[in-house]
Amino acid sequence: MEEVDVEPSTTLIPGVGLRQKHVGFEWGPGDILVYETNFKLQGAGPAGPGGPSVHVVRKDEDIYSPILRKLFNESHHIFVGLQNIQEDLPSKNKKPQFVSISKNYRSVIRACMEELQQVAVSTRDASLIAQYGNQVSILLAIELIWNLCEVLFIDAAPAGILLLHLLDWVRLHKADVDEKARDVLQSDSPTHHHAYWEVVISFVLQGRMDEARQVLVKQANLQPASRPVYQLMDSLLQKMPIFNPGGTQTLTEFDVKWRHWHEECDRCLQDNSFASNRHLETICKILVGDEDTMLEHKELLGTWYHFLVSRLLFFHPTVKPSELHYYAQSSMDMFLDTRSAPEPLDSILLAAFEFDLHQVIKDCSIALNNWWFVAHLTDLLDHCKLLQSHNLHFGSNLREFLVLEYASGLFSHHSLWQLAVDYFDHCPEFGRVYLELQIERVPLETERKALKVLRICEQRQMNEQVRSICKIMAKRALSNNRLGSALSWSIRAKDAAFATLISERFLQDYCKRGSFSDLDLIDNLGPAMLLSDRLTFLGKYREFHRLYGETKFTEAAKLLLSLMTAKIAPRSFWMTLLTDALPLLEQKEVIFSVDQTHELMFCLEELTSDSSETAPERPAQDEDIETTKLELLRLALARNLAMAIVKEGTVEA
Amino acid sequence: MESINAKYVSQKISKTRWRPVQAASLHQPHCFATGSWDNETNHVCIWSVGETGMICEDDALEGDPQLLCDCKHGGDVLDLQFLDQDRLITASSTGAVTIYKLHANSQTLSVAHVWERAHHYQRASAPCTGVVCSSPDVVSVGEDGRVILYKADQRGIARVIENADSSTIHAVTFLRTTEVLTVNSIGQLKLWDFRQQGSEPAQILSLTGDRVPLHCVDRHPNQQHIVATGGQDGMLCIWDVRQGNMPFSLMEAHSAEMWEVHFHPSNPDHLFTCSEDGSLLHWETSSSSDTPSFLQSRNTSLISRSAAAPAGGNQSLISAWLNGDSSKGRLETTHMLPSQTLSVNSLDVLGQCLVCGTDGEAVYIHRRVPV
Repeated sequence: MEEVDVEPSTTLIPGVGLRQKHVGFEWGPGDILVYETNFKLQGAGPAGPGGPSVHVVRKDEDIYSPILRKLFNESHHIFVGLQNIQEDLPSKNKKPQFVSISKNYRSVIRACMEELQQVAVSTRDASLIAQYGNQVSILLAIELIWNLCEVLFIDAAPAGILLLHLLDWVRLHKADVDEKARDVLQSDSPTHHHAYWEVVISFVLQGRMDEARQVLVKQANLQPASRPVYQLMDSLLQKMPIFNPGGTQTLTEFDVKWRHWHEECDRCLQDNSFASNRHLETICKILVGDEDTMLEHKELLGTWYHFLVSRLLFFHPTVKPSELHYYAQSSMDMFLDTRSAPEPLDSILLAAFEFDLHQVIKDCSIALNNWWFVAHLTDLLDHCKLLQSHNLHFGSNLREFLVLEYASGLFSHHSLWQLAVDYFDHCPEFGRVYLELQIERVPLETERKALKVLRICEQRQMNEQVRSICKIMAKRALSNNRLGSALSWSIRAKDAAFATLISERFLQDYCKRGSFSDLDLIDNLGPAMLLSDRLTFLGKYREFHRLYGETKFTEAAKLLLSLMTAKIAPRSFWMTLLTDALPLLEQKEVIFSVDQTHELMFCLEELTSDSSETAPERPAQDEDIETTKLELLRLALARNLAMAIVKEGTVEA
Repeated sequence: MESINAKYVSQKISKTRWRPVQAASLHQPHCFATGSWDNETNHVCIWSVGETGMICEDDALEGDPQLLCDCKHGGDVLDLQFLDQDRLITASSTGAVTIYKLHANSQTLSVAHVWERAHHYQRASAPCTGVVCSSPDVVSVGEDGRVILYKADQRGIARVIENADSSTIHAVTFLRTTEVLTVNSIGQLKLWDFRQQGSEPAQILSLTGDRVPLHCVDRHPNQQHIVATGGQDGMLCIWDVRQGNMPFSLMEAHSAEMWEVHFHPSNPDHLFTCSEDGSLLHWETSSSSDTPSFLQSRNTSLISRSAAAPAGGNQSLISAWLNGDSSKGRLETTHMLPSQTLSVNSLDVLGQCLVCGTDGEAVYIHRRVPV
C-alpha cells in the first residue's frame, strides 16, 4: 500500500478505553466490532477483565435514515434500468438516454433533499436538525458535482453549447437570486429597495439579460432625465449575442458577432457614457469582462465557480472544453484566499474542470462516507465509455470495485440487502462470488423470507446455497416436529438424504405408537415419493395399510410381498412387515399363493440367519418375544402353505 | 398508465389493504393500510389518497398518498385484513394476532387487543401466516399447522384445530360463514367445517403431479364454490370445490411465486395476481352471452345443478372462469405496473382503485382500473 491520502480521523467510542486496556477489533461486512481485551496498555501489571460489552461501530449511518432510504431504492430502480438499455441501440444514439438517466438520478437527489429540508423545518430536536442540515448540505454538494460531471463528461458539449450548459448549472445552484428578486419586485417601491442593484447585477452575472432589463426598466421610468443612459444600457443588454445551438449560425459567426458587441461595450466605457451612474458603469465594466469589478461583488457571486462562469461569459463565450482548466485554476486562485486550504468540494470541482475523472472519483470516495455516489456515477460514466478500463491491483476494474463495495455495504442492512442482489448481478467478475458468500448469511426468521432468498439463489443457479438453505429450514422444521414442512423443504432441495431421515422419523413414530401421524402428508406424497427409497417405502407401506383397511386383501398381500422382495423395505423393518403378514395368513381363505408363501418363508429365513450371526445383547424378555413371534410365523406360514397347495391342486368342479 | 402513482415509503411493504367504504356510499376508496416487514421495527400505517374531486394546488400531488398515522408492530406483518371500518387485524411473524383500532377523530392507530403467541411450537413461537375475518369471526393459520378461530370481541380463543396440517399453512379464506379453505406448502386445499368437531378436514383437494406449495387463495365473490389459488411456480388454478380433486383450469401466470390473488369484489370477471417476479397481472375473462350482468343470479347453487337445461341464458350463469382456457382467446391479461420492479408482495382492489406494495419499498396506486 502506498502512502495514505489523508490523515485518518479518530472516532471516539464511548465506554471503551476507560480501563486502560488494549482494544481489539474484528471487521464485519459494514462495520467493526470493538471490544476491550484483557491486556493492559502499559506495564506488566495483572491483566484483569475488560469491559463486558462488544461495541458495533458503523461508518455509514445514512442507510439507516428513513428519508435517505428512498434515495437508495429509487436509484436502484434507475440503475437496473440503465443496465438493461445496453442491448437496444447502437452507442451513437445512446447519449440522450444517458443524459436523461443522469437527470433522473439528479432529480432523485433533489427530491430527497427537499424532503429532508421539509422535515428539518418541522422537527424541534436540535441534534436531529443538525443531522438533517448535514445531510442536506452533503446532498447539495453531491448534486452539484453530479451536474457538473453530466455537463462536462456525459453531455460532453462542444464549445459554444458548453457555456450555455455551464450557465444553467450555475443558475440552478444559485437560487437565492430569484428570491431576492421577488422580494424587491413585490415591495412598495422596488427602485428604493436596498437590494435593487444587487438583483440587477446578479442577473447580469448569470447572463439573464432579459430579467435584468425588466428590473432596470423600473428605474428608467422613475428618472426621465437619465432615460437616454438607461436606454443605452438596455440596448447593450438586448444586443448581447447568445449562441443558439439549434440555429444556422456557426460558432465562428457567433464569435465575430460577439466581438463586435464586446467592442461596442468597450467603446461605451471609454466614452464615459455611464459616468453619471456608477451602477450602470459597474454593469458596463462587467459586460466588458473586467475581473476586478466582478471580484468586487464576491458576495453576489458566492463561489469561485460562479466567478469562473461569469468570467467566461463575458470574456470567452466560445471556450473549448480543453481550455477550461486554465480558467478554473486561475478563477479559484483569484477568488479564494490563498491562505486557507481548498475545501474538498473545491478540489473535486477543479479536478472535474481538468477532466481528470479518476481524481474526481478518488476525492469523492474519500470525502463521502458512503459509496452510493461514486458507485452510481462511475457506473454511468463507464456505460458512456469514458473510463479507461485499466485494472486495479486487486483484480477488477474501477467500476466493478466501487459497485461491489456499495453493494456489500447494502447487504449488511437488515432490509436493503435485496437491492444489493441486483448490483452484484451486474458485476461480471466477482459479483457472483460475493453474492454466494453473502446470501447464505441472511437471517431467516420466517418461511416467506426463506422463500425469497431461495428464489434469488435458484434464479442464479446457486445450487450449493439452495441446498444449504433448504437444509437449514428442514432441520428447523424437524426440530419443531413439523415433518410435513421438513419434507417439503427437502423436496425443494431434492435432498434425498434428508428425505430419508424424515421417513425414518415417521417409521420410528409408527413403531412407537402403532399408528401413523400426519396421514394427510403420507397419503398424498405423489411423485415426491420417488425422491428417496425410504420415502417410497413409507408411501407404499401406508398404501398397504389402506388396502388392508379397505379389505382388499389380495392387493395388500401382493404389495407387502413386493416391498420385501424388491428390497424397498429396510432390513430392520422386515420383522414388522412379516408380523403384519400374520393376520393375512390367518384368514379363512387363502390369500397368499404357494409361490408367495415360499417367498415369505425365504424372507423369514434370510432374516433369522442374519440376526443369528450378529450376537445381540438383548434382555431375556425380548428374546422370548422374538422366539414366540418366529414360532407363530413359521406355524402360520406352514399352515398357509398347506392350504395353498391344496387349493391350487384342486380341480374346480 | 398515467393514473398510476408511485410513492417510496422507506419500508418494504408486505401487505396493503383498502379501508372498506361505507356500504351506501358510491365513493371510491381513499384510505388504505400497509404493513411492513424485514425492518428492525415494523409498522402498520394508514395512508390517505385524497378524494378525486378535491381541489389540489398541485396536480402532481393529487393521488400522492399521505401518511395519516402509524403504529409499531412486533415482528413482520404477514397478513392484514380490515375487520370493519375502524378495526384491522394483523398476523405477525412472532405468532401474535393483533387488532388495531383506528380512531377517526384523532386520526391515530392503537392496539385494541393482542392474542400473543397464538401460534407456537413446543418451545418457540411460530409465525402466523394468514388471517381472515368475516365479522365477528376471525380465523388465523400459521407455520405450526394450527387453525385458530377467534371472536373479535372476546378476549380468549374460541377454538383451536390442533395439528390441522403437518406442513405450513400459507393462506386461508372463508367459503361460507362456517367453512374455511386453507392452502399449505405441500399443495393441498383443505376444507374445514367448524360445525364438525374433531380435527379432520371435511375435504382435501390437490393437484396430482408435483406437489407445488400454494401461497394464496381467494373465493369468487358471488359463487362460493369457485376459488382461485396461486402457487410457488406462479401457476394460477381455478377450482370448483364441489367437484372432485382436480382444478378446473391451470394457467401459467408468473415466473416466480404468486403472492396474492384477488377476484374483483364487484366485477368478478376480473382477477388480479401479483408475484415475486415483480409483475402485477390483470386477468379479464369475457362471458359468452349478452345477458347483462345484473341478471346473473347470485344464488347459483340451484341453477347449476340443473345445468342440463341448456337454455341460452343459463350458460352465462355458470361462471366464465370455469370455462377458462386461455388458448380460446377469452382471457385477456395485462401488466399493470409500468416496469419491472422487485417483488410485488401484495395488492388490493376495490371499485376502480388498485393499490399494491413492493419489496422496492414503494406503493403503487392506480385510480382508474378498467373494470
